Amino acid sequence: MNSSDMLRILPEIVLTLTGVLIMLADAALPAGVPRRLLGWVAAFGTVAALWTSLGQLLLPVGTGFYGTVETSPFTVFFHALICGIVIVAVLLSLDTLPADSHHQGEFYALLIFGAVGMCLMTSAVELLVVFVALEISSISTYVLAGYRKHSGRGPEAAIKYFLLGSFATGFLLYGIALVFGATGTTQIYEIARALNAPGFANLTLITAALALMLVGILFKVSAAPFHLWTPDVYEGAPSPVVALMSTAPKAAAFALLIRVLYEVFPTLQAVWTPLLWAIAVLSMTIGNLAALRQQNVKRMLAYSSIAHAGYLLAAFAGLRQDGIAAAAFYTAAYAAMNVGIFAVVSVVSGYDDQLPLIQDFRGLLYKSPLMGGLLIFFLVSLVGIPFTGGFFGKFYSFSSAVGGGAVWLAVIGLLNSGVAAGYYLRLAVTAAQKPDESTTSPVAQPGVTVLAALALAAIATLALGIVPGTALKAAQAAAHTLRPIPAATATQDANAVPLITP
Amino acid sequence: MNESILTLILLAPLAGAVLIALLPDRGKLPAWIALLTSLATLLFTLHLPAHFVHGQSGFQFEINRPWIENPAIAYHVGVDGLSLWLIVLVGLLAPAGIVASWNAIEKRRKIFYLLFLVQQTAMLGVFMSLDLMVYYGFWELSLVPMAILIAMYGRKDGPKAATKFFLFTFIPSAPLLVAILYLYAKVHTFDFTLLQYAVAGGVIPAGALSWVALAFLFAFAVKVPVFPLHGWLADTFAEAPVAMAMVVAGKLGLYSMIRFHVGLFPAQAHQIAPLLIALAGIGILYGACLALVQRDFWRLLAYAAVSHLSLIVLGIYGFTFTGSDGAIFQILNHETVDAALFVLLGALELRYATSTIAAYGGLAAKLPQTATLFVVSTLAMIGLPLMNGFVGEFLILSSTFSGVSRGWAITAAVGVILGAAYMLWLVQRIFYGPQSELATAKPTYDLRFGEQAILWPFAVLMFVMGVAPTLWIRTIEDRNGPLTLKGSAAVPQASLTIVSSGEGR
Repeated sequence: MNSSDMLRILPEIVLTLTGVLIMLADAALPAGVPRRLLGWVAAFGTVAALWTSLGQLLLPVGTGFYGTVETSPFTVFFHALICGIVIVAVLLSLDTLPADSHHQGEFYALLIFGAVGMCLMTSAVELLVVFVALEISSISTYVLAGYRKHSGRGPEAAIKYFLLGSFATGFLLYGIALVFGATGTTQIYEIARALNAPGFANLTLITAALALMLVGILFKVSAAPFHLWTPDVYEGAPSPVVALMSTAPKAAAFALLIRVLYEVFPTLQAVWTPLLWAIAVLSMTIGNLAALRQQNVKRMLAYSSIAHAGYLLAAFAGLRQDGIAAAAFYTAAYAAMNVGIFAVVSVVSGYDDQLPLIQDFRGLLYKSPLMGGLLIFFLVSLVGIPFTGGFFGKFYSFSSAVGGGAVWLAVIGLLNSGVAAGYYLRLAVTAAQKPDESTTSPVAQPGVTVLAALALAAIATLALGIVPGTALKAAQAAAHTLRPIPAATATQDANAVPLITP
Repeated sequence: MNESILTLILLAPLAGAVLIALLPDRGKLPAWIALLTSLATLLFTLHLPAHFVHGQSGFQFEINRPWIENPAIAYHVGVDGLSLWLIVLVGLLAPAGIVASWNAIEKRRKIFYLLFLVQQTAMLGVFMSLDLMVYYGFWELSLVPMAILIAMYGRKDGPKAATKFFLFTFIPSAPLLVAILYLYAKVHTFDFTLLQYAVAGGVIPAGALSWVALAFLFAFAVKVPVFPLHGWLADTFAEAPVAMAMVVAGKLGLYSMIRFHVGLFPAQAHQIAPLLIALAGIGILYGACLALVQRDFWRLLAYAAVSHLSLIVLGIYGFTFTGSDGAIFQILNHETVDAALFVLLGALELRYATSTIAAYGGLAAKLPQTATLFVVSTLAMIGLPLMNGFVGEFLILSSTFSGVSRGWAITAAVGVILGAAYMLWLVQRIFYGPQSELATAKPTYDLRFGEQAILWPFAVLMFVMGVAPTLWIRTIEDRNGPLTLKGSAAVPQASLTIVSSGEGR
């Protein structure tokens, strides 16, 4: 270990220190002191992590800690994305969490620890580190999902998520074990090299490993048929948490998926391309059809997120560089608009979901033009109307698919987005409708920090739709740094030994 | 000025929208801003015919700047004889729409006028974009303000009509986008002119190309709407605020057909022309027959529009030169006349709060100005000689008769006669005969200054367009037709190399 190793995990270190600080401060501060302060600590810690992460671009691309973590434009892209989401989620929580004790300190600490796991997941190039990172992020999210202990739905969501989630990570771990059995290593580049070596015979074993790992990862991105937890958990979890957990862990999981597919198993592309084709079609179709029937806004958005996972997976049908860039871009666009819409839902229906149904949003545009306008704006982006991030996300994803020859996938995907427009529109037109005279419940005035969170999400969504160039370049740089078939490991750790050697 | 005029036209309404968003929603302030913005936009659009160079091929006032590197999307806009008057038309209809909404929209003026202006930008963008992605962007964008406003201000069931309108256009545009992406995957450009050469040069396999052309056609046919894809129109007309309804039908879809279906895929368009001619013929009769039996004047106007727009489609797909001239001219006529009728009927609905025809009767004595202008517009619509409708219909019918098919020409002529029947009957039911209960019970006032200020110029315009159509048709003939590559010498070598170097990836 040397100082350059520390630089390679600096964002994670900053986040961990922030989390620990919040936890200790929460315990040490007297009961009367408002814990909202700790939220600001979390926000500043995340901004610092974001900043250090961008600073990592100055480091040469390469690995540290004996080839277990990597820094490259790819990891920085996802670090920045995850930190950005966490900042918005913290800002959102500052105003929407109830002011009473309610374990606010723990809330922010968990948020930050989750971020540590997610960030590490994107930079780890050693499957066991990946697994540990995944667990760190998952356990925080399990707890956060059940944060409304008094409501009944909260614990249900948490337990459901926890049981199914542990089961899925079990699959992932089993897959890793099989990979280790077949190749004798868990370091990603070593695996790829072993698979690519002439005379590699364990094809059945490695295909099984791929399948098992895919189950674990696809569960995390809530792709069909591993999506069943999503609506229940989203419904039960508090909206600010859903804003986070529907985006940040998914971003991390997609980063992992990209790594696993393009770096570990590029040799099996003939196997996983049709597989992902089918899963993409299944996810978008099931997600959209189910969303059509929902009356509860959060459940509807949960199914919509399943559909979006499908659109994103369509990118993997494309050629290598296009596919990675498109998937990375889509992750960012999806995160911006989804955080935005859940932020609006948090404000409108409140922490305890006083107004859970689509019908309850009637007249929002009349009652609060700002919130109504933002709701419609984010819905428009989710539909995929041009000049919003959602459009370019879909555009890159499907043009990658068409470029890879999967024209039918694009046709199915775009027809699906037509179906999706049906339910997004239902919410949008309900919000635009004249309010019902009998039930005029006023909309809560959003606080300054919520407005800041909404502004960040809206600006990001708009910017990705009007000047997608910068983000796309970052995504392409990210795609470029992934090594398909490694020659020799980067120079500075050429003599480093993998953590686990047979 | 010539270099940036199109950007100016495009951004002017948007700037107005931003201004409205920033200022408070107080009284008629948003309406005034919108009115001034739209008048300024109209002035800008008039710069185009004033500086248009006749007899010059290709696009004018062109701007071509790269926007996104990969995929190569460029902000490429330009105007030719086809789009020139349509842009002016959009500029002209905007003040009319605002005047029509002046008193009709009382709540949430800010959102209304903001979205109205965004809609203007979207439509202007559709007419001037020469990059397929930019075009698609504006095409889709034009749906959003419309759908929201229908939902907000719908008369009976706004949300349902809004959803219907949105989905009817949005779903067919999914294959359109795939088709555009497919073209890009093949030739690596979204540029209209380069694509024209690529398609004509046979770079793309013919089988795939016919599917691509079909996807384009389908999206446009729904938007026009061509029979039997007209399901959304009647609801939209009945529910949408007057100002929005008058801009929605017809021109976007018809323009796109001429520019991007016939213009990009002439061979495929020729192949499918018999089908479209037949659908147009059916549409003319079907729309006219349904218009005859409507009880609600918005719905009557909707089916009348189906009939009239089908006639234009007939002109386009007849592939005769005069027919196309007539079709494009008739788009202008139809939109002008329709706008006037919308303003008038909107004024009636505002005063009497109903759109049921039977409730009216004998209004001519009470509202002489309204009646006069309504009759003038009606006569223009049914094609009285010396009015604009006559010129367009004559060109289409005569060219169809001599150049395409006598049978369909006769069918269309029958439709035109039916058109006269339902329109005159409408006039008779609303303005003449004994005064209805409603007319006697409600004291009311004739057209206000704002309405007069819009409608009289429109009436004059209908007359001028009828007497001196060459002023318009001269420009229309300067359009960029589809590329006919008889001799391959016509292909600029430079563009082909761009296309083929993209191909070599």
